[in-house]
Amino acid sequence: IKGKVLDETNAPLPGAAVTIDGTTIGATTDGNGSYTITGVKTGNVTVTAKFLGYVALKKVVTVGSTAVEVNFSLKPDNQNLNEVVVVGYGTQKKKDLTGSVTSISAKDFNQGPVTTPEQLITGKVAGVQITSNSGAPGSGSTIRIRGGASLNASNDPLIVIDGIPLANTSISGVSNPLSLINPNDIESYNILKDASATAIYGSRASNGVIIITTKKGKGDKDVHINFDSKTALSKITKEVSVLTADQFRTAVKTQSPGQANLLGTANTDWQSLIYRPAYTYDNNLSITGGIKGVPYRLSIGYLDQDGIVKTDNLKRTTAAFNISHDFLRGSLKVDLNLKGSYTDSHFAAGAIGNAIGFDPTQPVYSNDKTKFGGYFEWLDSSGNPNTLAPRNPVGLLNEQDAQGKGKRGIGTLSLNYVFPFLKELQASATFGGDLSDGDGYTFIPASAASNFTQGGSYSKYFNENYTYNTDYYLKYSKDLKDIKSHVDIQAGYSYQYFSTYFRGSQQYKADKTTPVGTPSLPSWGEYYIESPFARLNYSFNDKYLLTASIRDDRSSRFSDLHRNGYFPSVAFAWRAKEESFLKSVDVLSDLKFRVSYGITGQQDIGTGLSKYFPYLAIYEPSNSAAQYQFGNAFVNTLRSDAYNADIKWEQTATVNAGLDFGFLNGRINGSIDLYNKKTKDLLIFTPIPAGTNLSNYITANIGNLTTKGVDFNINFIAIDSKDINWTLGYNVTLNQRKITNISLTGDPNQTIAVTGIPGGVGNTIGLFKAGQNPGAFYVYQQVYDQNGLPLEGVYVDRNKNGSSVDDKYLYKQSDPKVFMGFNSNFTYKKWNLGFSARANLGNYLYNAQSAANGAYAGVKFAGYLGNLPSSVLQTQFQQYQLYSDYYVENASFLRMDYATLGYTFGTLGKHNLRASFNVSNVFVITKYKGLDPEINGGVDNNFYPRPRVYTLGLNLSL
Amino acid sequence: CKKDLTPKGALTTDQVYANFANYKGVLAKLYSSFALSGQAGPAGNPDISGIDEGFGNYLREYYNMQELTTDEAAIVWNDGTIHSLHNMTWNSGNEFITAMYNRIFYVVALNNEFIRQTTDAKLAGNGITGDNLAKAKQYRAEARFLRALAYWHAIDLFGSVPFVTENDVVGVFFPKQKSRAEIFAYIESELKAAEADMGAPRFEYGRADQAAADMLLAKLYLNAKVYTGTDRSTDAITYAKKVIADGYSLEPNFKNLFLADNNKSNEIIFPITFDGLHTTGYGGITYLIHAPVGGNMKAADFGINGGWAGIRTTKQYVSLFTDNSGNTDKRAVFFTDGQNLEINDEYTFTDGYAIQKFRNVTSTGAVGSDITGNFPDTDFPMFRLADAYLIYAEAVLRGGTGGDLVTALTYVNLVRTRAYGGSATGNITAPQLTLDFILNERGREFLFEMHRRTDLIRFGKFAGGDYIWAWKGGVKAGTSVSTDLNLMPIPSADIVNNPTLKQNPGYK
Repeated sequence: IKGKVLDETNAPLPGAAVTIDGTTIGATTDGNGSYTITGVKTGNVTVTAKFLGYVALKKVVTVGSTAVEVNFSLKPDNQNLNEVVVVGYGTQKKKDLTGSVTSISAKDFNQGPVTTPEQLITGKVAGVQITSNSGAPGSGSTIRIRGGASLNASNDPLIVIDGIPLANTSISGVSNPLSLINPNDIESYNILKDASATAIYGSRASNGVIIITTKKGKGDKDVHINFDSKTALSKITKEVSVLTADQFRTAVKTQSPGQANLLGTANTDWQSLIYRPAYTYDNNLSITGGIKGVPYRLSIGYLDQDGIVKTDNLKRTTAAFNISHDFLRGSLKVDLNLKGSYTDSHFAAGAIGNAIGFDPTQPVYSNDKTKFGGYFEWLDSSGNPNTLAPRNPVGLLNEQDAQGKGKRGIGTLSLNYVFPFLKELQASATFGGDLSDGDGYTFIPASAASNFTQGGSYSKYFNENYTYNTDYYLKYSKDLKDIKSHVDIQAGYSYQYFSTYFRGSQQYKADKTTPVGTPSLPSWGEYYIESPFARLNYSFNDKYLLTASIRDDRSSRFSDLHRNGYFPSVAFAWRAKEESFLKSVDVLSDLKFRVSYGITGQQDIGTGLSKYFPYLAIYEPSNSAAQYQFGNAFVNTLRSDAYNADIKWEQTATVNAGLDFGFLNGRINGSIDLYNKKTKDLLIFTPIPAGTNLSNYITANIGNLTTKGVDFNINFIAIDSKDINWTLGYNVTLNQRKITNISLTGDPNQTIAVTGIPGGVGNTIGLFKAGQNPGAFYVYQQVYDQNGLPLEGVYVDRNKNGSSVDDKYLYKQSDPKVFMGFNSNFTYKKWNLGFSARANLGNYLYNAQSAANGAYAGVKFAGYLGNLPSSVLQTQFQQYQLYSDYYVENASFLRMDYATLGYTFGTLGKHNLRASFNVSNVFVITKYKGLDPEINGGVDNNFYPRPRVYTLGLNLSL
Repeated sequence: CKKDLTPKGALTTDQVYANFANYKGVLAKLYSSFALSGQAGPAGNPDISGIDEGFGNYLREYYNMQELTTDEAAIVWNDGTIHSLHNMTWNSGNEFITAMYNRIFYVVALNNEFIRQTTDAKLAGNGITGDNLAKAKQYRAEARFLRALAYWHAIDLFGSVPFVTENDVVGVFFPKQKSRAEIFAYIESELKAAEADMGAPRFEYGRADQAAADMLLAKLYLNAKVYTGTDRSTDAITYAKKVIADGYSLEPNFKNLFLADNNKSNEIIFPITFDGLHTTGYGGITYLIHAPVGGNMKAADFGINGGWAGIRTTKQYVSLFTDNSGNTDKRAVFFTDGQNLEINDEYTFTDGYAIQKFRNVTSTGAVGSDITGNFPDTDFPMFRLADAYLIYAEAVLRGGTGGDLVTALTYVNLVRTRAYGGSATGNITAPQLTLDFILNERGREFLFEMHRRTDLIRFGKFAGGDYIWAWKGGVKAGTSVSTDLNLMPIPSADIVNNPTLKQNPGYK
């Protein structure tokens, strides 16, 4: 076989690979694009020509005894640009986008023991920061897209699954509502970042939108079965550094000799006693196929995950079903998605802080087996557990039985009808529901020290959330060839309704019958948002693209007068590559400029009566533990709640300028975006002039916040050959938030204390103030001696008035100034090696673990001893110095999220078996002295450690 | 466009006042705002924000203002700027002072709302007639009393404060300050106007009655010179006499006044009530009983599950007693086992004598109703007869007319005889009855009852250097401090929020 391989302009393609399928025979084209293959068996063979950046082409050839000429004309692979991206209420081709949208499909997802959906894309998307809240099974994550545009209102992005915008509410008995969705069912993520992309979601879109699409059936006749099984071992990597038993004995004897009689003789490492190596089993089975051309997919998953804290466990069963069908000769398309899940959690007691702070010289068990479960406990002079002392952490874990069960069902039915007499017009309707409930109980036996006085504890809870969503739209698409234009016009209506209910609960003694205290009141919450919306897409000559959208949201949270909020956007893109002067520049395969401006809104100020009806004058009843005595009767009270009749939408205006590029047929591609978000009328829970309202704080539209930044991502196919493939990805985001005003009167001296810290009730470490980053720390500037050690209680007199008492200042910030992600995937024949790493720079953490316990005062409390953090050996502090900037530590880090090694055994008939070994949380490089530098909110206290996880995975396709 | 949703589990203002059955609940809230932190006992749905819910309780902050700043109490904990109270180094950013201020104006605003909704016209409009109408008017008079009480605390602590009444609508605006004397006059006129509609003395336990109004007037007049520059001792005598004539009697056993069944006492004129099951929170009496228990004290003796090891007293306070054993003067309620008299370290509970006054056990030794041992049944006696006796005596000594020294001595010795367990051995003679004696006697009689700061200021012994106690001014031996501290600062938060406000002298 001989011939030539040419490109789309009939120019030769040197170095293209031509192979005979099912054999090892092949050749590479020469400088003229010519090739020759000899020694081919006679008969029919399939010849494949392949060149990087071009679509591979196959031809069937009948080989005889003479040479056969086979020429190939390859077309550039614009798959990247023709990729369909899911946007609000529809889809678009990537090349037609005018907004900042990042699309991540299953092949690019993070590997390893991913048990909750958002972990699939951690570190993958520029501008998106995903921080897991703890190392506990099923724990949620805090997702911030470009830092967040609100202060007190929610900074969480809107999450849309298969067309249903989810409610942003928690479920009792479930640590993270998203964990009720099986990551294995997810096909793709589309992250909408700028206002052009998000404004169609109006008031729920200020913090970006994450659209999750789940896997669908394929529609062929074959039944495909995939079985995926993972077994993982989690191990703690580090304990909080505290005094050893011997160091502690010395400290007590020298610092608090009067308490030395309390010292024990044991050497107990309490932290090691509450942690364990923990196993996770995650099995997933999916079946896809088509019944008479009707595609379906069914999947079942079962996860059983132990936490590294003893007794902590999550079991999750999930099922997902999808079916699609075309009716009326293809003009009506019906798509049904059903997802259900059930979790059963066993929650560990809060033993972490107690393990860190428990006296290491005491034994686990006391001599008296009859009391407090036999555990050693600090007692008061009456022989009862000392209520001020820490509790025995092992006792806490073993004596608490806390279980929670969560159920969630999400269903969507989508109908899409193309009018047969007017093919340009289609009508679409989506009906969705999201029903979840959670219930559980906590039981503590009467013997346990933690609830000893009241005789143990038993309480149950129940909560139900319900979201209903409908949307309808009409879309008209028309090619106007005469004027080289294409127009899409779309108009629709969306209605979202949210309801939540908490049953009142009663605590009992361990006998489960004697009530303790009084029952809490049930609570209900509901709100709706209804919204007409419209969008126009116009393209001219395939080069100039215009998108304009508008949404009119009406939220029941605001009074009739302020209910409407209009959220417009406009964006323009220029596909410069299509211009004649760039068309011939071969090295450049894509170049597009984008600019957008739009306004999005915010109304999610939280849950509770005063948040669902902030504008309404209402009276709220007390529970029966907040009655008042008149004569011999106790009267339930009625409180007139504070309200703000003028409350209205928070608005964020976003300007985005972006550039998409591709070189070498997309071998190198990426984008860069500059953004500037200005939020006005911030919904702030703000202090108001005394005496004017029915509380000292109300939620009001006060203040301004700006967020500026750059996000950049680049992907690079370093090697793409027959045996070796290596792809690299990198993204980086520079982001800076600044409060520009938070005062009713514009007074720059207005401050709002935020971010509670331990070490005293009501203490805070953060301060909102105009001109400052919302995550700054409000602290004293520590003075150090000549050896670099902090001088106790000596702070810089910054205003030089002779005293440092009034010299707290705003120092550093908890959010990173720069964050980046880096990933690599290397394939050699059947082997695959990949990793993903992330770095945050310029983020600081308040080491509350050290600050709140780091003084010898901790061994001077009458009647008991508590262990001290190792930092006390350096500081030698006698008293707690909670506000010293000594404890605000640089928490910049580089973390390798995972490294994975896979081997594909290859096809065994039609079957395919793949095995992989994965280590996640491989290492962290940081100067931070505490357990983990990556903690949401900027305060490190009793953090549930993120374990290192070793996972063995098997995947079998049938 | 969809209609308004209606809240479930709550009532709109119109719904509340259309039905008289709701009025008592609103009234109960007006009272409970002194006792509790919010609508969910013990915590969970707070009335005010910006501070820990338990801390933001009215009575807890009033204790902090009136006691922690004096010789009677010093606190161990590390909560925010709490040490600046006893050290007298506070500034306008102090969160406890801010919380007190916010609590006072919360009470004012809440009462304004009720008073606004219960005008004659509104009551008629809502069809409240007959017996209900009479009751509504009485409730309204009690609201005026409670608002006057809060305004009294406001001028006593802060001097000139923003002034809001039922004539201001609920919203966000900038209320103007009125002078201390103007608000003094307002309180006086409000109390006198409300009294006619208030109940007769002791008509119902827990409710403010005419005796409560008279007692508040007596206390207002006693301090009038501080507030207005004009002595009103004669008026103080008039109103003290009215209270004394109302049929109250001293509780024979002093200690019973502070126990879980003190609601039975005929001495208490106006209580803030608490109950271990029904009226629960982390301020008020919970704080007053738990915080002083620590060291070798047995929590069970106090009817609670554990002490908080927070509050103890100075040696200067101890020295008010010639015998601090409690064997003669029963008011010497010191716990000394394991405690040092001297406060060497402010952060050590065992430095300073501990106090065992309020308890959650009854006079017969039974523990209160809450089996968890968290929340006491004990009520707080805000006004009691002994105070009326001592007001009478002090006002006579200050030159007021309408009373006489003989009666004054009789009243003082009634108080002392009760203190000495019915024995006259502690009684004093006429020459011993001096103003200085009265101040010390009030110290002995009302330890932790939240009169101390006001009393010391009236006698010129709070700020300045006339009376020094441990850690006053932030040094162990105590030192003189600026007399500007006789007034608390207007919280900086409100200065920022309300540009019309003027700060008190000496503060930024």
